[in-house]
This record gives sequence, C-alpha cells and structure tokens, in this order.
Amino acid sequence: MASLKDLRNRITSVKATQKITKAMQMVAAAKLRRAQNAAESARPYAEKMASVLGNLAGNLVGGVGAPKLLSGTGQDRTHLLVVCTADRGLCGAFNSSIARLARDHANRLMAEGKTVKIFTVGKKGHDILRRQFRPQIIEAMDIRGNKPVDYEFAAEIAEKILARFDAGEFDVATLFYSEFRSVISQIPTAQKLIPAELPEGAASTTGAPADSALEFEPSEEAILATLLPRNLTVQVFRALLENAASEQGSRMGAMDSATRNAGEMIKKQTLIYNRTRQAMITKELIEIISGAEAL
Amino acid sequence: MATFQFDFVGPERTLYSGQVEAVQLPGTEGEMTVLPGHAPVLTSLKVGVIVVTERQNSGKRILVRGGFADIGPTGVTVIAERAAPIEEVTPASIDRDIEAAELQRDATEDLQKREDLNAQITQLQETKATLNF
Repeated sequence: MASLKDLRNRITSVKATQKITKAMQMVAAAKLRRAQNAAESARPYAEKMASVLGNLAGNLVGGVGAPKLLSGTGQDRTHLLVVCTADRGLCGAFNSSIARLARDHANRLMAEGKTVKIFTVGKKGHDILRRQFRPQIIEAMDIRGNKPVDYEFAAEIAEKILARFDAGEFDVATLFYSEFRSVISQIPTAQKLIPAELPEGAASTTGAPADSALEFEPSEEAILATLLPRNLTVQVFRALLENAASEQGSRMGAMDSATRNAGEMIKKQTLIYNRTRQAMITKELIEIISGAEAL
Repeated sequence: MATFQFDFVGPERTLYSGQVEAVQLPGTEGEMTVLPGHAPVLTSLKVGVIVVTERQNSGKRILVRGGFADIGPTGVTVIAERAAPIEEVTPASIDRDIEAAELQRDATEDLQKREDLNAQITQLQETKATLNF
C-alpha cells in the first residue's frame, strides 16, 4: 500500500495539473472569442465573392470556354486531399476527427482504384496521416507560430494548390476542415475546391435585376479567370478561420472536462489519504495499548 | 443629391460601408465615376486610388491594389485583395511595395508574370505621382 508521503505527492501533482488545464481552458476561451471575431469580419468578403461568382458563372457552366477551375479537367483519376488541422494537440477529438474523415475518404477513393495525393496543413494532421499514407503525402505545411490566421497564408496555400493543378498533377481537389457550429459542436467537413462548387443564383446586392445583361470590363472570361483563383484562396481562408475557431472551442471543452476529472481525482485521493492516515493512527494506538497490556 | 450604397470589402474585414453620392474607380479599362442608377457592370480594378464622395466636398480616398467592382443601380461593391486608407499610405510604403514587386519580377522566369509585375510597378509609380508625394 502506498505510504502517506506518496499519496500526498500524488495529490499535489494532480492539483498542479488541474491548475494548468484550468489556465488552458481560459486561454482557449479568450482565443476563441478572437477567432470568432475574425471569422465574423471575414464573412462579407466571402459572401460578396460568392454572389459575384454565382452570377458570373451561371451562364458559363457547361459552356465550351469555361475555365478548368470551374468545369474540372473532365476526368477524376487523381484526387488531391487538402487536410487542414491544427499545429497543437490537447484539443479533444479536433485533429483526429478531421484526419479520420480524410482517411476514410482516401481509403474509399483508393478502393475505387483512383490515385490519391495528400497535402496537409498543420503539424498534427501530418503526424496522424503519415502513419498510413506516407507515400501519398506530397506536401506538408505547418501553421507557423501562434499568430491569428492571415490572408497571406491562405494565399500561399492556394498558390501551391494552383501550381500543382496547372501542372496537371490532379483532377479533383477536396478541402477538409472542421466547421464551427458552437463551442460544443464542431463538424469535420469535406468541401470540393476544384472543380469549384458555386452557390446557385445568389441574390445581387447592387440592385441589378437577376436576369439583366451585365457589362464586363475587360471581358467575362478574363474576369472569371482572375476571380476563380481568388475564390480558391477565399475558400482556404474561410476553412482556416473555421478551423481556428473550432480548435479553440474544442480545446475549451477538452480542458473543461480535464479540469473536472482532476477535481474528482483529487477528491478520491484525499479520501484514500485520510483513510490511510486514520488506519495508521489506529494501528499505532493498538500497538501501544497491547504493548501496555503485555507488561 | 441622391445617394447609393457603397461597400468596400477586404478579405479580413469590411473597410468601408455607407451611403455615398459618387465613387471614382480605377478600372482596368480606364478611370470611371459611378453615380446613382448606373447600369450593371462588373469590372476588374488596377492599382490606383478610389475616390469616395459622401457629400459635396467631403469624402475619402482609398488606395486599392487590384480587385473587382460589382456595379448596379442601387449599390457598388468593391472586392479588394489589398487596400489601405490614404492616411496610412506614405511615400515610403509605396516605395517598399515597388521594391518588393521589382524583386519578385527579377526572381521569376515566367514571362507572363514578369509582364504583370511590370504593369503593377508602373501603376504604383503613377499612383505615387497622383498623390503628389
């Protein structure tokens, strides 16, 4: 049986851990608020972009001149999975649930005899997927440092994806990230990047009737050709923002339950400690009394 | 005078939103001024200055580096990738941008990209001149 000193040490260490998890929870709560604000203020841009693109692409889809980013390469032999996770752990099932979704997707594609390539963003996703898909991972990026997500980083990722697409390395690209519903609910999501999925007939915000003939400067094709890569960046950026909020939300939940578990553990250990102490005192008393009686 | 809704959105936040009388935009095909009731146009923007007139003799200038303008009868939306209010722009910051673009141009082998960057540099220099630095 553990000695009193051992028990005392164990209780102190659990208490220290509890303090850490409590602090992490509070830090996550503060960061979550910031991440939510960032996601909030980036929304108008994404919405405007989607509505412009929706109006623009509506009459082009299926046409001969449609850019490849919109219509695809016409086949789906090679798939690129862009898996966005966090750099850090200790955030519940956040990283593993995104990785699991991506893994299931990859396995299904491979069973269908298609080629799979993987591009991981975030250290944790790479760590998890590396075990099974080492040869498939063609690129891995870390989310550097602690700073909030910025647009430049999303642009960098999008550029890499585009370069590989232009080089004909894949036909279909899918983005994996975790959608932020609420603090207790984050849903791993897969989204088609290439060919682009567009919202149907989004309402125009400029008061133009939906079926009016828009004028284009310089030309419809030229605008679409520059708009589509940018749309890709926006999608990636949105995914990163959602991910940032989800990560913090998930960590908050995980650390909350860790703090609670530590509290329970302390209660249990303290009970054992007190019982042991009492048992030892009783034992010593018995020894003294029986010693006295023997005299 | 009649006004219309003008929104200027950047990827990370909305930079301007409000009722205005007129907006002057640096379109790729030339400068254009938009007044209320404009026919629907979708145009791309080059590097330049957007002049927003909120009321007579009162307004704002925004430096924009490429983007799109969605123009309609009751509103204009500018989707910009990079932009800054004129107060935040200094000759030094434009010079820095020119230098960065030049470095990029010298580093790339792609002819098309070189040409694009060259155009961008000229536009930046023009902007610098128009702002009277």
